[in-house]
Amino acid sequence: MAILVDENTKILIQGITGSFGGRHAQLSLDYGTKLVAGVTPGKGGQTFSDTVPIFDTVKQAVAETGATVSTIFVPPPFAGDAILEAVDAGVDLVVAITEGIPVMDMMKVRAAMKDSGTRLIGPNCPGVVTPGTGENSHGGCRIGIAPGYIHKRGKVGVVSRSGTLTYEAVYQLTSLGLGQSTCVGIGGDPINGTSHLDILKMFNEDPETEAIIMIGEIGGTAEEEAAAWANENCDKPIAGFIAGATAPPGRRMGHAGAIVSGGKGTAEAKITAMREAGIEVADNPSDMGEALVRAMG
Amino acid sequence: MNIHEYQAKELFEKFGVATPKGKVAETLGEAATAASELGSEIVVKAQVHAGGRGKGTFKNGFQGGVHLVKTAEEAGEIAGKMIGETLVTHQTGEEGKLVSKVMVADAVDIEKEYYLAILMDRESRSPVIVASTEGGVNIEEVAEQTPEKIFREVIHPLLGLQPYEIRNLAAGLGLSGDVAKQFGKLLKGLYSLFISCDCSMVEVNPLVTTPDGQVLALDAKFDFDDNALYRHPDIEALHDPTEEDPREVEAAKYDLNYIGLDGNIACLVNGAGLAMATMDIIKQSGGEPANFLDVGGGATQEQVRNAFKIILSDPNVKGILVNIFGGIMDCDVIAKGIVAACGEVDLNIPLVVRLEGNNVVAGKETLANSDVDLIPADTLADAAKKAVAAISA
Repeated sequence: MAILVDENTKILIQGITGSFGGRHAQLSLDYGTKLVAGVTPGKGGQTFSDTVPIFDTVKQAVAETGATVSTIFVPPPFAGDAILEAVDAGVDLVVAITEGIPVMDMMKVRAAMKDSGTRLIGPNCPGVVTPGTGENSHGGCRIGIAPGYIHKRGKVGVVSRSGTLTYEAVYQLTSLGLGQSTCVGIGGDPINGTSHLDILKMFNEDPETEAIIMIGEIGGTAEEEAAAWANENCDKPIAGFIAGATAPPGRRMGHAGAIVSGGKGTAEAKITAMREAGIEVADNPSDMGEALVRAMG
Repeated sequence: MNIHEYQAKELFEKFGVATPKGKVAETLGEAATAASELGSEIVVKAQVHAGGRGKGTFKNGFQGGVHLVKTAEEAGEIAGKMIGETLVTHQTGEEGKLVSKVMVADAVDIEKEYYLAILMDRESRSPVIVASTEGGVNIEEVAEQTPEKIFREVIHPLLGLQPYEIRNLAAGLGLSGDVAKQFGKLLKGLYSLFISCDCSMVEVNPLVTTPDGQVLALDAKFDFDDNALYRHPDIEALHDPTEEDPREVEAAKYDLNYIGLDGNIACLVNGAGLAMATMDIIKQSGGEPANFLDVGGGATQEQVRNAFKIILSDPNVKGILVNIFGGIMDCDVIAKGIVAACGEVDLNIPLVVRLEGNNVVAGKETLANSDVDLIPADTLADAAKKAVAAISA
């Protein structure tokens, strides 16, 4: 089953004609993902890669192609508007890859989305991958910028705030012969659409997912909340990792949300909360795959 | 991004947040002129981005970065002892900070001190106003020891500040009558400033009442959302690069995410999460990281070269650890970037390289066939161990 998306999910990309969006659109097509439409205002009627129709609006794209997921590759000043356009068009899921969206814009977008039926993942995230069953996991649903070939279809759910740490975890799992049900990057911004907890709940409900890796970093208290919930409600084995134990307080470590302020959001507090919840926390990022093996007993 | 106290004052004036009368001065003469337009109790304050100015010491021996004076002559004299001198406080470190400006302002007769802040709260995804009857002190301690003295209002992101929320806060602080009205006016201005300027935090500490019934913002700390600076050129212009680590200023020119630290093993990594994890594992392996450096997902050869130059400009650095997970990025492109960079910079310290991911075999070959003297590693754990061992050898 996987979560959020599967190999039949039809996706569209807002910002498909930009160099970054276009490059990753092509990689998703090569992976076998059902990329059915692109949206760039003013470029309606053109096609991407000779096969994917481009529309002026998300509404048109959804009506013509039946896409249910939109991916945002739109530059930061226009990304908030792009997310709201996708929500208004009624897609089930919006995955915002864009890095650098003002926090104030995301605050308004989240408030405006409150009663919609749309889920937002990101922004500032690597996206979502449900691996396929072909060679190098070909034929899956790749939304965003993750390298498709490192995946393998299987039973481990992966959720993370960081892109490269997700790839590290997936690569280790695949090397150990452990495939993934779905890998979700929830993003490194202080205000995002979907939390660790939201994804843990979905993995817990998903019959295909048998074990979970949760990767966090300093800043906020989302990992603590997810751990507390998992302790009470999740009977699947969980391994984890937290980055940023040596980060100086008060400094943003690359990700806008990765900051220890007022003594809150430390790696130590997160690791303690996760261990107390029975999560097998890896000592270092080279150990994430093995930590999951230990968690699975 | 931080700003100076005098710049905060200028922003306050623009948004109608009441604050004591005053001006910034860059010379002794300017300070005296500014003081001559003020009352009979004047404060002269050194302008640096650091707390503890009052208790600081100048390297010329002059005590205190904040002084009370009575006359314009005195104000000029004090300014002369501060401008062009280096102030050391408990927050500046031993090297201190060069004072190039002072603020000259009316000293305020304080009746009571309060705390007032607006911050972007990630849990409620809303602006939150925090007020307290305990001003001029460390608010985190107040929150811990006497939480009943802290009042919070979560503001609706789309509705903005409502009159009843102002009344709640004024009541919490025990303000009434005209003082409550003035507090309301100040808070409205402060909220408008917070939203209009894309702040992530504005902290007024202390907010004061005076015996003659005024409500004034006496000192302020700002934090702006870096992601939103593109739409605030006026705020970006307040940026003072002399207040920052020169390595960080240099790194920003090349779109490199660099934060200087105190250790001796430098690292160069792609991705913020992996870069943090690399620092952590250096420490775990018995070393000390010299920096955080994320070259990003699409680093060019030019960026890698400049990253090496910045790393090597730190005299504490005794070894370098490069950790790249090539997802989409081709490991061979990175390998070529490293070889090119090492050819240009005079590398005479150990370099440990860990490459993994896309086209890694070609990347490792490029490194092996080059004349760069480096130590290859397979996993991050292995790389960290080798880096620590190499600088201890």
